Amino acid sequence: MLQFTNTALAGLVLGMIFAAFALALVLIWRSTRILNFAQAPMAVLTTYIALVMIEDGQSYWLAFVVALLCGLVLGAVVERVVIRPVEGKPDINAVILTLGLFIVFKSAAEVIFGTKLRTYPPSFGVRGVSIGDTTIGITTSDFFTIGAVLATMAVLVALFRFTDLGLKMRAAANNQEVAKLLGVKVGAMLTLGWALAAVVGSLSGLLIASGGLVQPSYMDSIVVFGFIAAVIGGLESPVGAVVGGLLLGFSLSFVSG
Amino acid sequence: MLKITDLTAGYGPVTALRGVSLTAEEGRITAVLGANGAGKTTLLRTISGLHRAESGTVELAGQTITRVPADKMPALGMSHVPEGRGVITELTIDENLRLGGLARGRVKAEELNRIYSLFPPLDERRGVPAATLSGGERQMLVIGLALMARPTLLLLDEPSLGLAPRIVTQIFELLRGLVNDEGLSVLLVEQNARSALSVADHGVVLNLGQVVADDSAATLAADDQLRHAYLGF
Repeated sequence: MLQFTNTALAGLVLGMIFAAFALALVLIWRSTRILNFAQAPMAVLTTYIALVMIEDGQSYWLAFVVALLCGLVLGAVVERVVIRPVEGKPDINAVILTLGLFIVFKSAAEVIFGTKLRTYPPSFGVRGVSIGDTTIGITTSDFFTIGAVLATMAVLVALFRFTDLGLKMRAAANNQEVAKLLGVKVGAMLTLGWALAAVVGSLSGLLIASGGLVQPSYMDSIVVFGFIAAVIGGLESPVGAVVGGLLLGFSLSFVSG
Repeated sequence: MLKITDLTAGYGPVTALRGVSLTAEEGRITAVLGANGAGKTTLLRTISGLHRAESGTVELAGQTITRVPADKMPALGMSHVPEGRGVITELTIDENLRLGGLARGRVKAEELNRIYSLFPPLDERRGVPAATLSGGERQMLVIGLALMARPTLLLLDEPSLGLAPRIVTQIFELLRGLVNDEGLSVLLVEQNARSALSVADHGVVLNLGQVVADDSAATLAADDQLRHAYLGF
C-alpha cells in the first residue's frame, strides 16, 4: 500500500512538472497560434539567472521573482525582434524560427554558464512528509510545485474566460484583421502573449530545477513530455494541459514502478 | 462626414484606386458600386487603415485620418464591416459583441440588449460559438458587433454576398432604420447594384479604380446607359 501511494505521489509530482511546461505551450498557442520550441532553453536561461543570484547569496525568493521577470522581458523581446518580422507570413516560418532560437539559446546557456552540473536548492523541505509513523514520498517542495501549477492554471482559465484582456488576446490569435477592425491592438496582444508564456515557461524551469541538478540541457527530457501533455489536453485548454500532464506522469510512474 | 480626396492605392505594380474622390454625407447611405476588380474593397480597406494609401487624403468629420492605423478607427467613430462576415469564429456571440464594445470602454448590459433586440435570432443563441452560425446570422452578428462600438460612420463591404434576397432586404431595412432613427452614416460597397440603389440615398460608380458616376441613387437607377455599362441590370 505504501509503495502504491508513493508511486502515485511520484506520478503526481512528475505530472505537475509536465503540466507546468505544457501550460506555457498552451498559453502561447492560445494567444499567437504558434508553438514555441525555444520555450525550454528560454526557461534554462532564466533559471540560471536565479541560480547565479542564489549562489551569490541572494534570497531564494528574490531570485525566483527576478527569474520570472527576466522571462517576461525575454518573451517580449523575442516576439518583437525575432517573430514580428515573419508576422503575416505562413505560420511555419515562425515555428522554424523558434527551432533556431532553441539552438541559439541553448548554446548561449552553455557558453555563459558552462556545462558543469550545478545544484539548485529546493524551494522548501526535501524530506518526505510524515503522517503518523509513516513517511510518504512527497515533500513540502512538491506541495509548492503542485500549488504553483494549479494556481497558474486557475489564473490562465480566468484570464481567457472572464477578462476583457483575455477576450482581446483570443480575438487577436483567431483573426488578426477582424480583431484590428474591432479596435484590438493586435501587435501588443501578441507581445503580451509571448511575454506571459515565457513567464509560465520560466516558472516551469524553476519548479523542475528546484532541489535537483541543473545543466543547460536539464529540461530536454521534460520538453518531449510537456509537448505530449499539451497535445493530449488539446493545446487549447489550461485544464487540458494539467490533465494531460497528470495522465502522463501517472502512466510513467506506474509503468516504471 | 467622410471626405475622400484624390485617393490612390495599389498592390505593388498594380494600381487599384486612381485618384478617387467622393464624400459620404452625414445621416445618409452612400453606395459604392462597380464590378469585380473595380477597387471597391480596396477603397474601404484604405479608408479604414488596413491598406496604405499612396497619395490622397481621407477626412472623417473634418479630421485627417489617412495614416491612422485600423485599430484606432472604432474609437474615432468609424466601424468597418469587412467582406466575408468577419467575426471571431472561436468566440461566442456574446463574447464577439462584448469585444465589439471594448473599443469604447466598458461594455454595459443595456448595449448588448440593444443589439439583441435589433437581431432577435442572435438573442436565442448568445452562448454559441460564432463558427456555428448560418450566413445570415453571421452577417447580423458582424453588423451587430460593429454597432457595439457606437459608430457615427459604418463602412459595409458586400453585406449581401451569398445571402438569400429576403435576408438582404431585412438587413437593408435595418440599416435604413438606423440611419433614419439614429443619424448613422453608411458607406456601403455592393456588387448587387439593384438592391443597393434601392436603399441608398447617393451612389458612386467605380470602374477600374476611377469614379465614373457620382449622383443621387434615383438618378443612377434611372440611367439606362450607365446601368447597362457598369451595373449589370
